[in-house]
Amino acid sequence: MEATLDKISAKEKFLSQFIGLEITPENEYLLKVRGEAQEALNSLEFPTTKDEYWKYTRIGKILKGTYSQTPSFGVSDVEKFKIEGLEVNLLVFINGFFSEELSEISEKENIVIQPLAKARKSHSDIIEKYFAKYTDHNKQIFTALNTVYHTSGTFVYSKENAAIEKPIHIINITNAESAAFNPRNLFIVGKNSEVKIISSYETIRGSSFTNSVTEIILHENAHLSQYLLQNESENSSQINTTEVYQESNSNFNIHTITTNGLLVRNNLNISLEGEHIETHLSGLHLTKGKQHVDNHTFVDHRQPNCQSNELYKGIMNGKSTGVFNGKVMVRPHAQKTNAYQSNQNILLTDDASINSKPELEIYADDVKCSHGSTTGQLDEEAKFYLRSRGLSEDSATKLLLNAFAEEVLRGIKLLPLREKIEKYIEERYENIVAK
Amino acid sequence: MPIVLAVAGKVFQFKMAYTEEQILQEVTTREYEHGWSSDIESEKAPMGLNEDIIRLISEKKNEPEWMLELRLNAFHHWQKMKEPRHWPHLSYPEIDFQDVYYYAAPKQQAKYDSLDEVDPEILATFEKLGIPLEERKALAGVAVDAVIDSVSVKTTFKETLAELGIIFCSFSEAVQEHPEMVKKYFGTVVPSTDNFYATLNSAVFTDGSFCYIPKGVRCPMELSTYFRINEAKTGQFERTLVIADEGSYVSYLEGCTAPMRDETQLHAAVVELVALKDAEIKYSTVQNWYPGDKNGKGGIYNFVTKRGICLGDNSKISWTQVETGSAITWKYPSCILKGDNSVGEFYSVALTNNHQQADTGTKMIHIGKNTKSTIISKGISAGKSNNSYRGLVKINKGADNSRNFSQCDSLLLGDTCGAHTFPYIEVGNKSSIVEHEATTSKIGEDQIFYCNQRGIETEKAIGLIVNGFAKEVMNKLPMEFAVEAQKLLAISLEGSVG
Repeated sequence: MEATLDKISAKEKFLSQFIGLEITPENEYLLKVRGEAQEALNSLEFPTTKDEYWKYTRIGKILKGTYSQTPSFGVSDVEKFKIEGLEVNLLVFINGFFSEELSEISEKENIVIQPLAKARKSHSDIIEKYFAKYTDHNKQIFTALNTVYHTSGTFVYSKENAAIEKPIHIINITNAESAAFNPRNLFIVGKNSEVKIISSYETIRGSSFTNSVTEIILHENAHLSQYLLQNESENSSQINTTEVYQESNSNFNIHTITTNGLLVRNNLNISLEGEHIETHLSGLHLTKGKQHVDNHTFVDHRQPNCQSNELYKGIMNGKSTGVFNGKVMVRPHAQKTNAYQSNQNILLTDDASINSKPELEIYADDVKCSHGSTTGQLDEEAKFYLRSRGLSEDSATKLLLNAFAEEVLRGIKLLPLREKIEKYIEERYENIVAK
Repeated sequence: MPIVLAVAGKVFQFKMAYTEEQILQEVTTREYEHGWSSDIESEKAPMGLNEDIIRLISEKKNEPEWMLELRLNAFHHWQKMKEPRHWPHLSYPEIDFQDVYYYAAPKQQAKYDSLDEVDPEILATFEKLGIPLEERKALAGVAVDAVIDSVSVKTTFKETLAELGIIFCSFSEAVQEHPEMVKKYFGTVVPSTDNFYATLNSAVFTDGSFCYIPKGVRCPMELSTYFRINEAKTGQFERTLVIADEGSYVSYLEGCTAPMRDETQLHAAVVELVALKDAEIKYSTVQNWYPGDKNGKGGIYNFVTKRGICLGDNSKISWTQVETGSAITWKYPSCILKGDNSVGEFYSVALTNNHQQADTGTKMIHIGKNTKSTIISKGISAGKSNNSYRGLVKINKGADNSRNFSQCDSLLLGDTCGAHTFPYIEVGNKSSIVEHEATTSKIGEDQIFYCNQRGIETEKAIGLIVNGFAKEVMNKLPMEFAVEAQKLLAISLEGSVG
């Protein structure tokens, strides 16, 4: 009995820390969604490692944390988080709140780029059409948490036949001691349109728990390239849930690069709802110390003639742990599906570990589905070759790790962004390679 | 014009212009071949499960007190356990564990010295199965420990084996005659609290086989047991324990067929293998129990826990299985690679048809240094069946320089079946290399075209391709078994295999 009480109070204590700054629902629909999520939040329990979906990730660290909601700004310099040499539509969020003065949105014509809090008022019809339609806020407790307590986020709505040249760069900055945020994003790419979105998570000082939920809708023939750059402080945690809904002939690309953070869990669910869809997922993480990075992907082939491709790589040092759980589902109707999954890992120490679970669930026969998973270490012979040509131990290791990471990075078509990521990785190597 | 092909002693008729669909149709509508029931009087305990039944089984077996205690402990633990309904990719109706006979034995309890004394009905049953004991004895050089229902009826070649110090007997006999060995190893690989079905088995197991190979002995023949589920509504709870002492080698075969039944039959066996230093155990299974009719009615529920431990350095355990039967297959033959340089292997062909469901695979637990494991799994799904591979490769922190290679291929025949792959890969050592790959596809049209081009008809081509698909595993079977296994695959895909 006592144990149950403890459990309840622990959950309540955790949840109570979010009350206060959330957006109040403006209309009946939003009120209804919030009500559903609140109900789910009351009835659902936080997952433990006994849940298959959370088998390898313990979230105790997150649940035991004490958080505060501080809209303290006082940030004037975001220069170092920008991407040098890349013109973008910039949105800056500090401690989960939109900063008008630090943001620059130049594109206005064929696209709406706004903080969600504002869009909920100005574009209530679109919000009502799409918001919370693609999430599992009834079943997933972290999505429910976000649905009830989100403070802001980004709203992107591109019209039909619009190629938006300038990428959208959303910078989420932590500048507080143990803060908790629930960013909520909604990206809608109209028919025949093309949009590029970069989301980066950075820390100036302190630590944070970010529970982000993003809904992405790609209409017919739409193209979206998304770059997720997770570089928070090493005692910050993040649960990042992305739900993607793709219509016929659409094309979705995502790169998830995790260079820092204590516990990072990415849930990426993609629903292929039309024919001739292409979807490419890739990820790279470099971890050390007691870091834990978990990439969960679910690609649901619901219609024929689609193609999906996954490539996730991990480099693990120290006592860090990595998880890859990719699932490809091919529904009975989805003939001519072409799906590929690949997970490759390098362990640099005996204390590091990786848990890989690439799954295929196939109900159609005329398909080509395969997956591969490898775990190993740097090739000693290759290293010797480089050493014999005068490279130091460290440079040889770096060079080989670079070669390993390149396969993921080469997919990043925005060169200035790629350079920035390479720089982050370089900094990371210094930590990783150094004894 | 119909053409006639003679295949594996059977004659099939083909129409000239067979389309792929027709062939698949034929495959899916094939009836179970080994469907009959032999009339052997049997002795049953009352239906249901309680402490009294366990005491009765123990008493019937004339077991020592410690064995009864083990059973009762397992039973008490089992009462607190839940059925694993959630994680396997299987769906089947609720099993009423009180609606099962936990003990049935052929009435004649006498031990035989020669074949003449064996009940002719039993002999006839073996005849139908194609394993005449007397011929086996003379021709194949196989010692058969035949198990009908739960009591060992006949053990051959015992004397030949005894000369080498090899013990090969029924489990109950081992409890009587070699209690020290049973006591030492029983439940060490699969603890009686391991999982729902293993615990149930530990409480109610009736008989099985026991095998001990002494130090440095290479068993001169393939040891084999034929299991048959015979009495209607009799759950079979077999228990097998194989111990290979230092430097020894044994190849163990297990083959199964069962008569056609309408009610669902429960089977929960436990197999434990122990390989000491430098020892090698090769364990092969052909499983062809009644899979249910083409509407998914009846069929065996097969929940098996098979596990081997490479206890000593340089030891090796190899599992080979051909799974074509049972309505439900839940089976993960595993290796615990504890000794340094030990090797674990798993070769599997799983074929499901009609409404069959299989969730099978392996676990390779690397604990010792320089341990190696290989997994080759081939799944073939047809009809409305579902076939899943589920496997774990775990490299522990201290398992330096360990190596694993896994390959899981699935072949789909028709668009109403499913093929699934659920690998779990857990690596905690930087000097180890783990590789896993899996593919799923249907028979390539270009492959069929290639065959057609060279004058091989479509139906033959499909057979050729399926055979080729499974060849890697079939090659691992011992000679004596390979023929039967190939026959099984051929029968299971009848009409398409030429």
